[in-house]
Amino acid sequence: MVALLTLKNASKVYTSGMVRQRSITALQETTLSIGDGKPRITAIVGESGSGKTTMGMLILGFIRPTGGTILFEGKNLWKVSRPVWKEYRRQVQAIFQDPFEVYNPFYKVDHMLEVPIIKFKMSRTKRERRVMIEDALKAVGLRPEETLGRYPHQLSGGQRQRIMVARALVLQPKVIIADEPVSMVDASLRATMLKSLQALRDEQGISILYITHDLATAYHISDNILILYQGRVVEAGDANLVITEPQHPYSQLLVGSIPWPDPDLKWGEAEQVTVHREKPSEFGCPFAPRCRHVMDICRQKAPQFYQTDTTRAVECFLFQSSPILDKDQIDTVLCSEYDRVQ
Amino acid sequence: MNEPILTVRNMRFYYHTEAGPVKAVDDVSFLVERGKTLGLVGESGCGKSTAAMAIMRLLKPPGKLESGEILLDGIDLAKLSEEEMRQARLRGISLIPQGSMNSLNPVLRIKSQLLDGLLDHGETMTGAEKLAMIKELLEEVELPVSVAGMFPHELSGGMKQRVCIAIAISMKPKLVVADEPTSALDVVVQRQTIATIERLRQEMGISIILIGHDMGLMAQSVDHLGVMYAGQLAELGGMVDVLKDPLHPYTKLLIKTLPLLAERGHFEGIPGITPSLLNPPGGCLFASRCPSVLPICSKEKPIWIEAQKGHCVACHLCKEN
Amino acid sequence: MTSTKLKFGYLRRHPQLVAGTIILLFLALFASVGRLLVDPKEAYPISAQPRQAPSMEYPLGTDIQGRNLLAVAVVGTYLTSKIGVIAGTLGITLGTILGFITAYFGGWLDRVIKIIVDVLLTIPQLLILVVIASSINEPLTTNMMALVVASLSWMWSTRTVRSQVLSLRERAFVRVAKLSGEGSLEIIFRELMPNLLPLLGACLVSTVMGAVFVSLGLEVLGLGPQREPTLGMTMYWMSFYGAFNRGMWWWIATPVVILVMLFVGLYLVSAGLDEIANPKLRRKI
Repeated sequence: MVALLTLKNASKVYTSGMVRQRSITALQETTLSIGDGKPRITAIVGESGSGKTTMGMLILGFIRPTGGTILFEGKNLWKVSRPVWKEYRRQVQAIFQDPFEVYNPFYKVDHMLEVPIIKFKMSRTKRERRVMIEDALKAVGLRPEETLGRYPHQLSGGQRQRIMVARALVLQPKVIIADEPVSMVDASLRATMLKSLQALRDEQGISILYITHDLATAYHISDNILILYQGRVVEAGDANLVITEPQHPYSQLLVGSIPWPDPDLKWGEAEQVTVHREKPSEFGCPFAPRCRHVMDICRQKAPQFYQTDTTRAVECFLFQSSPILDKDQIDTVLCSEYDRVQ
Repeated sequence: MNEPILTVRNMRFYYHTEAGPVKAVDDVSFLVERGKTLGLVGESGCGKSTAAMAIMRLLKPPGKLESGEILLDGIDLAKLSEEEMRQARLRGISLIPQGSMNSLNPVLRIKSQLLDGLLDHGETMTGAEKLAMIKELLEEVELPVSVAGMFPHELSGGMKQRVCIAIAISMKPKLVVADEPTSALDVVVQRQTIATIERLRQEMGISIILIGHDMGLMAQSVDHLGVMYAGQLAELGGMVDVLKDPLHPYTKLLIKTLPLLAERGHFEGIPGITPSLLNPPGGCLFASRCPSVLPICSKEKPIWIEAQKGHCVACHLCKEN
Repeated sequence: MTSTKLKFGYLRRHPQLVAGTIILLFLALFASVGRLLVDPKEAYPISAQPRQAPSMEYPLGTDIQGRNLLAVAVVGTYLTSKIGVIAGTLGITLGTILGFITAYFGGWLDRVIKIIVDVLLTIPQLLILVVIASSINEPLTTNMMALVVASLSWMWSTRTVRSQVLSLRERAFVRVAKLSGEGSLEIIFRELMPNLLPLLGACLVSTVMGAVFVSLGLEVLGLGPQREPTLGMTMYWMSFYGAFNRGMWWWIATPVVILVMLFVGLYLVSAGLDEIANPKLRRKI
């Protein structure tokens, strides 16, 4: 079955400077399919500079890839006709991080819910539209009479973020890109929001791309996970497996730095701060300067993607005895519980 | 000397707005033991940052310290004059502010900013002494000396944060208030930063108040923990006691919202919203959301009692020990 | 808080806006109601006894060519404001549209327009207008005057609007609008424009001010509509005929006082709108 959205060897390189060109690779050639019939929550985890936001922007069509293609229903997204582009907009929605910035301060919050229904012609009458909106608000635990008709600054951050989820519900897309949806939300509401995301997957059959730096929440709600480091996927696979037994040294560092709220699970020795580390060599593994298991080969060649399990692959020479997996076949290790049952 | 370094008693800090007083911090009492770290945790709007800034008397009108004692090593900061307070800052008590990375002057080199506070407090140093001081401060926070000649925009987020820490400890204060020092940092850098603060605490014997919203971070780094809700302290005690044996229903629920490694997929939210601090309801402020609410809760405000040794709580469900 | 209390609070917070609006309203009333009190035809030469000081019959006196200065005041206020408003509105409309388009779409269009704007801004406006005005052979009417002034009053708006749109363009709500299926023009007019209304208001007022000022400049030089008693032409005639030497203070005072009121009023409104557009400037009570 053709996936709804595929990043096919997509990469993004920014060049600056007129005389001396400097280029920064925000994202290396990456392949990923979303929305191929089996709804799942895929976490894209990385720190700032890892390329996870770039990935989200590429998938949402806000920036163009400098290499590779983005495919929508098998067609090159940037070459499709207007009606197909509109269909793409309808099927791929987003929930953003900042619950204030996403609202146009000039309008009441109703605006954010009504515009897409009107633009995508999802209702025939004003009454129908109103009912759709109210149902969606109730489904996320909000009371329509307390939220509709208000301006964004009159509501709390939690309410505003929930309205964004309601908007996603109303549109019934096939894919939602959630870019740090809970990082600016209070702890008490976080769990409710995450449960809503799960409900979107289970009850509405929506696939979710959960972009975050918070491994703990990624662990709890995602089916599979990709860990990014400086624009490349260094480990990918089943979320439970990757986080409980991380294999890539960077994954281990990330997982080990999670502050679990358990006094018995303390951090160990922190990684030494080195400001001017050796620059990674152009051909070697980018993590080599920080890796405690670094070998000579790591500085000379870039590692391949090795499949260490049916549901996991790692880009590290420590596992070179495992079979090589082509990066554009990465989907084979990203399967969900639904798959394993079959 | 087992006297606590900081004793706060019945502090009240209100913002006087056109619509009335907003009770940002309402009758809060706690102490910080010498050489130890106190964590103040709570969600947005609970008053933890206001409490920290109020202790340092850094808040301006319409905010006002209504009442209360703030005893730093015996001296009541609430009663000091403006000039005396200015002297006390950095020397007695210093602050690592929230968003520290944006607190550095973008047009001054790091070395000027490190020395700024020192010189302002009347320290006179020769050129050589200044260089030595800069080197020492940067080494303390594990930054190379070359950073001194750089501008803030040339440094990463974590490095800028370290500079802020260096500034805060430059006069070897007795108490450092760290207001969400790692909120904008990546998880690996966060760990390094907290480790550095911890190390400095042990080496220099300073006491720390760590303010944050991340219980996990508290679990990793503090000795005592206070939980704030809607401007008041719900619970206060040893960190292990509060986390493993929480007394207040809010603390219990807050812990349940956090993901633990062992229980994948199990997490709960807290329904309802925080009460308005402008017109807070009578009685316990958590009553409307409390799963164990009693009829008395919405009528009478619970008193702050010591339910177990060193473990205080304000809740009608708990009895004094 | 009751809504009346809030409304008064609003007025209290923006005294400049209120004061400026009152002045402009007064002038508008003067120009409109005034027509009922005095015959507009008396604003033209040989309508009254010349060289009369203010009296019961001629409250503002008359000038050397026999114009009733009260009528001149009424008609002049209207004409000068008309020039300002037409030129200002045309200028800001063009400027805003260009500003939006160039900022939102970017690319080569942006670069071209930006260069044109920057170049035109550096050339002294009056100079160009003097050339244009003096090369028109037919007698100038106020409408033509307005067009001439409008041709060079759009650049400032373009620049201001452009910089605001550039920053707004990156905001999250624009992204959400795109996800909601809105097209570029819809985003410009429906999402961005309303947020710029205070700014546009301030731009309109300053463009009008600039237009009046420049038209004044042209008129005082004698390049204005010779047959119309605009305030600027009145000043031209007044200096041409040496009102100072003749001690005809009422002829000097009339246009000057009205012009001062006009500029002060416009300035206060513009400053008031600036305060609204930029909350940091707001007064604290």
